[in-house]
Amino acid sequence: MIRIANGQGFWGDWLEAPVRLVEQGPIDYLALDYLAEITMSILQKQKEADPKLGYARDFPPLVARIAPRLRERGIKVIANAGGVNPVACAREVVRLAPGLKVAVVLGDDVFGRLDAFLAKGYPMRDMDTGEPIAPIRGRILSANAYIGAFPLAEALATGAHVVIAGRSTDTALTLAPMVHEFGWAESDYDKLAAGTIAGHIIECGAQCTGGNCQVDWQSIPGMADIGYPIIEAQPDGSFHVTKHEGTGGRVSSDTVKEQLLYELGDPKNYITPDCIADFTSIRLEDAGPDRVRVSGIEGGKRPPSLKLSIAYANGWKAVGTLVYSWPQAIEKARAADRIVRQRLADLGLAFDEIATEFLGWNACHGPVAPPNPDPPEIQVRIGVRGSDRKAVDRFTRELIPLVLNGPPGATGFGEGRPPVREIVAYWSALVPREEISTHVEVIE
Amino acid sequence: MKIRLGEIAHTRSGDKGDTCNIGVIVFDERHYPALVREVTAERVKGHFGEMVKGEVERFELPNLGALNFLLHQALGGGGTVSLRTDAQGKTFGAGLLSLEIELPEPAHE
Repeated sequence: MIRIANGQGFWGDWLEAPVRLVEQGPIDYLALDYLAEITMSILQKQKEADPKLGYARDFPPLVARIAPRLRERGIKVIANAGGVNPVACAREVVRLAPGLKVAVVLGDDVFGRLDAFLAKGYPMRDMDTGEPIAPIRGRILSANAYIGAFPLAEALATGAHVVIAGRSTDTALTLAPMVHEFGWAESDYDKLAAGTIAGHIIECGAQCTGGNCQVDWQSIPGMADIGYPIIEAQPDGSFHVTKHEGTGGRVSSDTVKEQLLYELGDPKNYITPDCIADFTSIRLEDAGPDRVRVSGIEGGKRPPSLKLSIAYANGWKAVGTLVYSWPQAIEKARAADRIVRQRLADLGLAFDEIATEFLGWNACHGPVAPPNPDPPEIQVRIGVRGSDRKAVDRFTRELIPLVLNGPPGATGFGEGRPPVREIVAYWSALVPREEISTHVEVIE
Repeated sequence: MKIRLGEIAHTRSGDKGDTCNIGVIVFDERHYPALVREVTAERVKGHFGEMVKGEVERFELPNLGALNFLLHQALGGGGTVSLRTDAQGKTFGAGLLSLEIELPEPAHE
């Protein structure tokens, strides 16, 4: 049996979680997930500004902080913190934590190969919309192939303390230690599917240990020191989900089921670079306090294509707010929205979209929101987006004047004008698997 | 008898681009047949009205006592494009709990 913990569900998750996982009980592997769909493009911009950057900058100091425990307890770290510059990330880890051996998985970055792919006749149509890539080609900021568990397992086989990847899948971080330790093959579909589903359960950190859980949420103990999840994996593919003893939160079939359904598509066809997992085959049993047993998982052969994660510049946006107080808070907020739209139209400004929400009224639930006939206050939130940066910038000057020249009782403008942000949008496409070859580099 | 979905089930929702997914899970598997019968893709689309511009797909996971819904074109463009507060669809699951369904027997005996 091996213990694989997840200590970071996204870049920005609780900084204490990975430290507590290595301090508060036994684990063998610490998986850390740093990448969201558009993170790579942000990192690409950082690398363009400074060739030494382009990775998750929180990661090297974290490794340095837990390095004594990693050595003492033989814990391995596996993370997709490398972004678009995994070698620089590894060098920084070695600089801050001398003596650690770091293995880097390379080959996911295909930013420089897109034209060659097009020339070979791969259309790289968007997987969601089916649109061709040509119109956005000139605005692409980064392009990476999703890497599965086998290249990560190869990196673990070097005996490194720390494995760093670029755009590996979230689930591969959990599956790779199983492939490495249990010697699973590419044809072990059911086992690979089991490890993938284990990865899905823990990839969002505490979201399977009582975080964001609707079931009896007020009775979930110790959320201030919530325990992050641990998979106890068996060579036959079955596993337990648990957390360190004495930590807060809860692991039950309810908390695990909620996470299984999180960001799920077709449950019979959960496609990864490693296999296709069938979520309708999962058997769950409560197996004691804060312990759930998972078994029976079936899977199928990995697909012939790999998915690319492409980020591209797609215009500009800004979102601003004002607060209107009782009485007639909602009527005042609605009037403010009409006035702003009239003034934008009078200026001749065009946008792809102007969107208004009334917080305290309809922002989360729209027409489904329960009635609230006389709210004490309402925040009006107006956003615009479009390709003309100047128009978006002009919009940001149209909210605060309303405090003096609009309906009575406006406040909440202390932050000043809202910032104009560039929209970096996400494009996913397929290329044949043979086009992507990875290799491992060791840095110490 | 008419009850709200939240009396027999819990939910979690999230995003994939401009598509919102909602997982609906019964507390007690005795209520799974009622969930399957009552909470159709059409009813979910009708419940959210103008918030969902595209189709709603439904998948069954009887092993978990759960249904998974995909609400297409529901997040104002999704991800970084969306101007919504809830661009990631985190609160859609809670929004579905108020759906009225018909149960043949009292939810709690």
